[in-house]
Amino acid sequence: MANKNNKNAVFSVENLNLWYGDDQALYDINMDITENEVTAIIGPSGCGKSTYLKTLNRMVELVPIVRTSGQIKYRGSNIFDKSYSVEELRTKVGMVFQQPNPFPKSIYENIVYGPKIHGIKDKETLDHIVEKSLKGAALWEEVKDRLHENAYGLSGGQQQRICIARCLAIEPDVILMDEPTSALDPISTLKVEELVQELKKEYSIVIVTHNMQQAARISDKTAFFLNGELVEYSDTNTLFSTPADKRTEDYITGRFG
Amino acid sequence: MKYIDSQKVKKRMGGRITRNTIAKGLFFFATLIGLFFLAALAYRILTQGIGNLDWEFLTGFTSYDPERAGILAGIVGSMWLMLVTGPVTVVLGVATAIYLEEYAKQGRLTRFIQINLQNLAGVPSIVFGLLGLTIFVYVLNIGEVVLAGGLTMALLVLPVIVVSSQEAIRSVPNSLRQASYAMGATKWQTIRRIVLPAAIPGILTGSILSLSRAIGETAPLLLVGASTAIFTLPSGIFDPYTAMPIQIYSWTQQPNPDFQAVASSGIIVILVFLLLMNSIAVIIRNKFSKRY
Repeated sequence: MANKNNKNAVFSVENLNLWYGDDQALYDINMDITENEVTAIIGPSGCGKSTYLKTLNRMVELVPIVRTSGQIKYRGSNIFDKSYSVEELRTKVGMVFQQPNPFPKSIYENIVYGPKIHGIKDKETLDHIVEKSLKGAALWEEVKDRLHENAYGLSGGQQQRICIARCLAIEPDVILMDEPTSALDPISTLKVEELVQELKKEYSIVIVTHNMQQAARISDKTAFFLNGELVEYSDTNTLFSTPADKRTEDYITGRFG
Repeated sequence: MKYIDSQKVKKRMGGRITRNTIAKGLFFFATLIGLFFLAALAYRILTQGIGNLDWEFLTGFTSYDPERAGILAGIVGSMWLMLVTGPVTVVLGVATAIYLEEYAKQGRLTRFIQINLQNLAGVPSIVFGLLGLTIFVYVLNIGEVVLAGGLTMALLVLPVIVVSSQEAIRSVPNSLRQASYAMGATKWQTIRRIVLPAAIPGILTGSILSLSRAIGETAPLLLVGASTAIFTLPSGIFDPYTAMPIQIYSWTQQPNPDFQAVASSGIIVILVFLLLMNSIAVIIRNKFSKRY
């Protein structure tokens, strides 16, 4: 799909098919994801939207029976190439999960986990990263006095923002979010949504959501998936006001799903 | 219309409650039988052995005079055995468990290994004794020394430690592994920084419990040549040794009936060791119990 506003594509997905064993989950997906935008992926349960998201950082391969065909180009290189290391891909393409999953460690240790893995040992640098990441996740003021307490003591919404901060700490290029607010209360959800708006200035964001209002509120582009197919992909306003496909219209007007 | 007739339900109520009471009684009785024999055992051992149990018993060697026989060689020997068995099994066992849980592809080979591990855990200990005798004492020609006994014990508890470590590793939530992978961590980084720290309490508990099983084993040690009468302490892993259960066994074989009391004292000592090890395991488990 063409870019209207001359921004670069971070991902170019070409003819992507994916199977779990014998069951095909994604059919011939073609989709460009634009930088510094929020791209929302909507669709009913089981439509392949989470699978698609996890393909972008190859987390989907943790399921041993997965096979793929086609290409996903990240900044020009095919991430399925034998020579492309998943570790390298994932330092550029971070991920926030549906359930908050902080490590059973202190807030500080949670944030520095990524940087440490990538070899940063200097205490002062790590301190700076912690402050910057927590500020980036709008959490600094809430936790700056208890950085060394266990992250499990925080509320669900705070834990999710810890996970976002932890993701920011590896200084990614793209952030993938898999229904990041589905386990959160409305106020925490609002905070995360505001945060997404803030983050898109520096990062490209792909967010899977069950919630159409959320997609409409926070995204620049929206993709509608159904039964493993990309049915429609366009500007969020266009997709929600004048959907081109009948199935999209049925879905967004609540006739199914 | 209603399908359930409340009159009939009422009529049957008495019978149902009676049957419930009978069932409860039967299960309690079953529990009681076990408890009774345990109490009888403890009573007999204590009354027979406590009189003989003094500092001299703990610090003396065995003797032909039941009055002067002591268990020191057994205590020190058992500790030496654990010094060999403990590190060998924990290192090998945890490494195997990590491989099977984190690296191995879930295929036929893995399933085959898995089933055999569980079978090995149930093999009678004397079979391991024979294996140790063949491999360590004869083929490798280590001799009838601490090292041979310790390695034989290691073979015996290895399957148990592997299985319990696997369970501990499996109980670490997958979401934590995913979080780590999603930040570009390698498998080994994830295992070292996330999986093992979370699994270690379970691994330790399992290891200590398996070792406490090893400390009471007699048969394999008899086969690999633990001495029954020894008057020096081992000062290294290439010295001859005895162990607490061996010592106790040899006392029960003495014709002089006074040795029965000596054996009972020995049993008290070994029970104290077992209780200590098991309490350490319980403490570790409680201290680090579920944080996620």
